Parts: sequence; C-alpha cells; structure tokens
Amino acid sequence: MTLSTPPARQSRDSVVIRFAGDSGDGMQVTGSRFTVETALAGNDLTTFPDFPAEIRAPAGTTYGVSAFQIQFGARDVMTPGDAVDVLVAMNPAALKVELKDLRVGGTIVADAGAFTERNLAKAGFPANPLEDRSLAPYQVLTFDITRLTTDAVKDFGLSTREAHRCRNMWALGLMLWMYGRDRQATIDWLRRKFADHADLARANVAVLNAGHAFGETAEMSEHLVGYTVPSAPVEPGRYRTVSGTEAIAWGLIAGMRAAGLEKMVFAGYPITPASLLLHTLANLKSHGVITFQAEDEIAAIGAAIGAAYAGALGVTSSSGPGIALKTEMLGLAIATELPIVVVDSQRAGPSTGMPTKTEQSDLFQAVHGRNADAPLAVLAAASASDGFAVAIEAVRIATKYMTPVILLSDAYLAHAAEPWRLPDAAALPRFPVRFHTDPDGFHPFLRNPGTLARAWAVPGTPGLEHRIGGLEKDYDTGHISYDPENHARMTRTRVAKIAGIANDIPLQQPALGEDHGAVAVVGWGSTYGAIHRAVDEAREDGLDVSHIHLRYLNPFPRNLGDLLKRFDRVIVPEMNNGQLVQLLRAAYLVPAEGLSKVEGKPFKVAEIVHAIEAKRT
Amino acid sequence: MTITTITDAVLAPKDYGSDQEVRWCPGCGDYAILKAVQKALAELGARRERTVFVSGIGCAARFPYYLSTYGFHTIHGRAPAIATGIKLANPELDVWVITGDGDGLSIGGNHMLHVLRRNVDLQIVLFNNEIYGLTKGQYSPTSRRGTQSPSTPQGSVEYPVSACAFALGAGARFVARAVDTQQAELVELLQRAHAHHGASFVEVFQNCVVFNDGVFDQFTAKDAAPDAQIHVEHGRPLMFGRNGDRGLRLKPGTLALEVVEVGDGGARPQDILVHDETNRALAQLLVALEPPEFPVALGVLYCNPAPSYDAEVYAQARAAGFGRQPADLDALLRREGTWVVEG
Repeated sequence: MTLSTPPARQSRDSVVIRFAGDSGDGMQVTGSRFTVETALAGNDLTTFPDFPAEIRAPAGTTYGVSAFQIQFGARDVMTPGDAVDVLVAMNPAALKVELKDLRVGGTIVADAGAFTERNLAKAGFPANPLEDRSLAPYQVLTFDITRLTTDAVKDFGLSTREAHRCRNMWALGLMLWMYGRDRQATIDWLRRKFADHADLARANVAVLNAGHAFGETAEMSEHLVGYTVPSAPVEPGRYRTVSGTEAIAWGLIAGMRAAGLEKMVFAGYPITPASLLLHTLANLKSHGVITFQAEDEIAAIGAAIGAAYAGALGVTSSSGPGIALKTEMLGLAIATELPIVVVDSQRAGPSTGMPTKTEQSDLFQAVHGRNADAPLAVLAAASASDGFAVAIEAVRIATKYMTPVILLSDAYLAHAAEPWRLPDAAALPRFPVRFHTDPDGFHPFLRNPGTLARAWAVPGTPGLEHRIGGLEKDYDTGHISYDPENHARMTRTRVAKIAGIANDIPLQQPALGEDHGAVAVVGWGSTYGAIHRAVDEAREDGLDVSHIHLRYLNPFPRNLGDLLKRFDRVIVPEMNNGQLVQLLRAAYLVPAEGLSKVEGKPFKVAEIVHAIEAKRT
Repeated sequence: MTITTITDAVLAPKDYGSDQEVRWCPGCGDYAILKAVQKALAELGARRERTVFVSGIGCAARFPYYLSTYGFHTIHGRAPAIATGIKLANPELDVWVITGDGDGLSIGGNHMLHVLRRNVDLQIVLFNNEIYGLTKGQYSPTSRRGTQSPSTPQGSVEYPVSACAFALGAGARFVARAVDTQQAELVELLQRAHAHHGASFVEVFQNCVVFNDGVFDQFTAKDAAPDAQIHVEHGRPLMFGRNGDRGLRLKPGTLALEVVEVGDGGARPQDILVHDETNRALAQLLVALEPPEFPVALGVLYCNPAPSYDAEVYAQARAAGFGRQPADLDALLRREGTWVVEG
C-alpha cells in the first residue's frame, strides 16, 4: 500500500445523501446515525425516511427497498432535497429503485459484494450495471463492503449472518469520513445499544472504524474525495434533533402541564404510521402519562373521552382509516363538549392505501367528516419541531373551549427529523384549567359567556353529580330536550363556540414575502419546507410571490379572507387532490388554484417553483 | 385526582333517584332493576359524588338519567371503552356499566370481550330481554332461534349467544345471573358484584312487556320458578325444586350434569355437587343449563379474583416514576444528544 497525502477536501454548500438497501440492511439506523453526527457538526438538516410496509420483504427484491434521505447544509435546510447527490446502494434492488432520483453527475456508492447474479436477477438487471456502461452519467464508487466487513470482524467470532448485518456500519463509517463527521456519538450509541452483547458492540465499532479508515487511506483517492460542509448560521442555544412524533409527544406533555392537569390518558390502537406516538408516550409515564393500547380505534377514543370526563387530558391518535372509525365518538365528544386531542398521522388512501407513504388527504375528514352539524377545531404541524408548539396549542384550545381538537400530522412528519432549538420549559405558555366546583346554580351546560365553553365538572366533586350524553341537551338546564327551538339554539351555540376560537389565535401573517402582491402560495402541514424554499427561490428570481402557511384550519384566522384577497393569484399546493383549495374557495370566494401531488411523497421544491413560474402573468 | 372526603348522612334508596321522570314503558323490567340498584347503593352506602354510571344505547342505557350519581349516556356498545378511560383517569371512582343484549353483545361485543379479559374494575350489568326494544322489536343476539320479529317475519334462523358463557369465555373473573323481579337476590348480587375487585359481570333476565312479554316465563313464572331455577351458593349443595329435593350431579362417566331426586330410592346427598364459585369448569356447566331439562342457574356462578387492570397499570406507572411530580420537562427535552451553539 502506498501512503499518500490525502487530497484537500472540497467544500459544499449543501448535500443530499440517500442511504438505500434491503429492509433488513439497517438503512434507517444508518441514516439516523448520520443525522446525529451531522447535527453535532452544526449543519442544518432535514431527513426523509422512506420504507416499505412489509417488515421484512423477501431479501433483494425491489419492493423490499428501504431508504433514508438527508439534506444537510451550511444554510437553512427546509426539505430533504429534490435531487440526490450521493446514493449509497447496498444491493442491486436499491440501485434499481433509487437511481431515478440521483442527479446526473451524482455519486453512487455501491457494495459490489452484494451485486451477485442472484441479487441482480431479483432486481431485474440483465447485466451487472457496475460493470457495463449504463451508469456512465454518474460517478460510481464500488467497494466490496460485504468482504471488507467480514474482514473487519473476523476476530470477534461472529456468525456469517451477524457479520453481514454489520455492513451498514461500514457504509456509515465511509460516509462519515467523506463529509468530515465525527463518529464518537455513534460509537457511544453502539456501546449502549449492545450493552449486553459486548462482542457485537466491538464488532460494529470495528466495522464503523474500518469504513472510516478506508476513506482516509484508500489508494483510489483521486476518486474518493472528502468534502466539508460548513456549519449553518443558527441562533445560539441548546439544540437536539427531533422527529415529528417526539415533538408531538413532548408537546402534549408540555400542554398537559400548561393546563395544570395531573395526568394524560393516551389511548391508541396499533396503526402505521401513528403507533410511534403510543410507543414514545408509553416510556414517559414519569411525566404523568398513562398509556392504553385499546382493542380498536373506537375504544381508544372512547377511553380518551372517558378520561376527559373524569378530569384528565384525554388523547388518542391514529391515521386516516382509524380516524374514520373514531368518527361517531368525535360526535359524542362534540355533543358532550369534552376536551380531547386527536392526532392524525395522515397516510395515502383511501382505505388501506399506502400505509407508510405520506399524504395530506384527511383535511376534509378532519374538518367535515362527521354526521350532522359537528364542528371542532383542526390544527396542523408544519414541520417536525413545530409539532411541539402545535400540540401545546391543541391542548390549550381543547381545554379552554371544551372541544375535541384534531391535530394533523402525516407519515412524513412522523418520521422526519430536524434540529430544534430547545425551549425553556419555564417560558412556555400557561393556561390553567379551572374545574367547576360550586354547586350553586350548577348544571353541566353552564357556559362561559366569553368562550361559550361549558363547565368542566368532574366525578368526585360533591354536589355536582350530573348526567351527560349524546342526546340533545336543554340550553338552560342541561337535561334531555327534544324541543325544536332549543336544538337550533344548541346547534348554533356549538358552531359559534368553535368559530369564536378565531378571536383567540394569531392573525395570519405571511411566512415569507409581503401581505399583498401578485401571487400567494398557501399551504398547510408538512409542505412548509418545500413551499418556503420554492417561494424563496422564486423571489430571488424577482417574482412577486409570498408564502402563507396555515396552522389553524378550523376555524381559519379571522383575517385570512382579507389577506388572500390582496393577492392577484392564490396557489394552494397540497399532497391531496385539492382540499384546502376548496375550503378557501368556499369560505372566501377567492379564485384559489390547486397544485396537487398524490404520489405518497413530499413535494420537491422544483415542482412548486415550476408551478409559481407557470402562473407568471 | 383526590376525592374530597365528606361525611354523608345515611342515604335511603330514594336518595339515589334523580329528578328526571322515568320514561320506560309501564311494567318494564327496567323499573325493578332500577329499584334494586338504588337499594344496593343505599346498602353499600355508596357516595353519589364518587359513583359513575356509564351506559351505551338502548332502553337500558337510559338508566343513568334516573340516578343521582354521576352518569354518562354514551354511544351504542361503547360504554366499556369509556368506563375504562374513566377508571384509567381516576381509579378511585366507583364505575358501573349498564348495557343490554344488543348493546353489550352485538354492536359492543368486542368491547365487552376486552373489558372482561382485561379485568377492569367495573360492575357491568347486562339487561337481557332477548330483543331490541328501543328500535321497536327486532330480534337480538340472545333471541332464541325462531324468534319472529319485524326483521325476521319467518322467524330468526340464528343461534343465540349465552351472555354468561360469553363472559366466562372472555375470561371474566366474576359472573352472576339474576331475574329482574326477584329483588332480594338481585340486590344481593349487585352488592357481591360491587365487592369484587375487577370486572364483575351480572346478567339480569329482564322482561320487555311490549315486544317480548313473557319470554322468560318458562322459568320465571311463579308456579314454574321453584322447579326451573337453581340458586347457587358457594359451599352449598346444588339443590333446587319446590321441595328442595332435586339436585345436580355429574352424570357418571361423562362431563355433563344431570338432575336427580335426592332421598328415598333416589341419589345420595353426597352425590350432589357442592357449588365452588372459584371453579371455572363448574361455572361453564352451570351457565349452559337450560329448561326444560335443567333449571336455570342463578346467583354467583363464578368468582375468582385477580388483580384488576387499572391497579396493575398504576402499579407499573408508579414503578416507572408516575406520580413523583413534578417530572422535569427540561430534563426530558435535554436528556441525550443535545449540542450547544454559542452566541
């Protein structure tokens, strides 16, 4: 081996890497560890895990490919990136599936050892693409990662299968070297993860180090170049990476504390991609959380309603098909005016649809999807970290207005991670709940004249024994009533209560650009990053365009109609077939135009830029 | 939350009634059950403020409106789910579930299965009238084969479910059965159900005077009852009959019961089975007894306590630090993997 001076590292402003392999190859772990080391290096970043619904699809098949994409950079990174700069392909199927997103001139890092005849055939390659000219538009770096891994662990007495499972650490080590990342946090993590299997811990660390050392010493160094990506200018403070699921879990706890409630009862039924929230909260009992895995979606929301009735914060969570099952219970929560929070991690549908793929197609369901006139509040998280503030706000509105609140997240946000500047708990909002305790003149539908919220009187309180239910109540006594005028009054009161929340939320401001002009791009939920970046680019190109992003979907902020009317055109990108656009048109009679994407994947920035430029008049 | 302790005056059964006019059909068996529940509450000295009645939908589900305790009239079949949430939020509350054969065994069968299996500390009273009353008389999951109803004009071809057999199959640790009009026994069973920690299941045969009048006459009519009912009591021989001389014994060489006469020329007293309410196999034999060959078994058929779900959930939660407030939110957010960007 010839020792040579490593070439100087080249500088990059931002990079998109996609790790892809078999669903058993540990690509999600690889991506997550790269994310942590990248965050620690001070880059801004956004990630996009993309994996199949099959837990272990047959090895080597295209439908078993699991991928993890990360964009990181020296500037504000708001999306996982449109085009991939570096594709790490652990087998032929991964190359087959993911190549289409690699930019021309991009880099392929492939495990040549996995490009066997058998795997090539499974992926549908007639010939080995690493050996013919089919990958000529790209820079191809091939290593026999399988053999290099086996060599690295030969002293640890691992089985062939165990050794094979360490391959991802070799790839990770190489990529950490390539971008000048430290690997100590990953070494520490491996030692914790395999605390009970010291041999596996040592083997994984050895493989990680081997991948890293390979980069430093490789003879092919004219091809294998290291890069630097300078850290992003960010506000001072303490940071961590956070996924949408974690942010919502912690936000719910913060909201419970802000409301002065002693406990949260979180009830869920397993469903992709919402189960993560149940798993996360099941480990947070010391923060006042009781979790309940119910027998079905209906029982889960039923338990949340029962808990709210008994004075706890009742929370349930699901995805589209499960939310549909909860519909009747939502009606009960509306009729009995009990505060619950329902988190909907939307996925592609209808019906079972594509369980692991993202979509924003439950907006109609959230706003309108119930029998009768049954309004409730609907909020949406715009990014992974935004889930924290939105969850707190959901608890505030639920408890202040005695109403169910639906918090819309989606499959992308559930898994996506980004750096988050940690708030100071002492500085979070406070909105203490006051349970009703005074028997004088009490009935359960006594209302706060300001908010129209009914009294929250919980079992255990002497003198306030009362009965509630789904039957219509008399406005003045809370007893069952079939009186026609009373029903009209109660219906209007329920509507007015939810509409009144508009007076208790911030006025809508543009997220970027002026509050008037030629074009407004209006979004909600996880499209925030893509829209923001697209509008930013269009403005740099001199276009008169603003980004408006809605957190409050029911009710809308009270100035929203006026704001939209100050733009010549309104474009509404959504990962559905056009739902917000219809709500806006119905509410404000504005000629909003939809931009729909229903492919189970987030928008690319370029798709939105293209739409803005096409609207140029 | 903590329950405020106050010293109540001793309450009479009528003190557990609400100011609402009872709107069941005149002569409905529900009146008798309401009376028995109020009497049981009085005898238990139940505190109204810490007692909650939860119901689903149906005639029986109106029950909470007629009591002066806390009450929640929920939606069809789902009372067990809501009651579970109430117990998880506040295990100190005394929670009753009122349901019917349609509510609890048809639309809500799944919840009934799981609330019993989990052993949530609730008293579940299922009013079985073998008919959908509130929707005007359709056959129910407990209706006998051949039941003519608006939806089965030629008679139902379905086989009915046995409420108590279902409960035992679901893993219920307390299963009892009573007749609406047999007040003394009903009141006693409700008290037994209340004393049991865990899910207590009580089936009450309840006569619907409008749509299914007399459906239980075969064993509830005054003249038929003595020979068609057996009132089981833990530790006592399984004897019945107007002269108290009939008994149940294991049919030799089989796993089936048979009715025998005890005394001269009949079976020996020591052949008669003694009721053991902790014996699930015996309970399964008892719930299956049907007239005319057998008497209907009433009383506590099975009682074999185990820790309740809510108690176990809280034990685990406390072991994980629940209740040691205030947990530190800042520490949660900062527990690992953070970094500082200097200003």
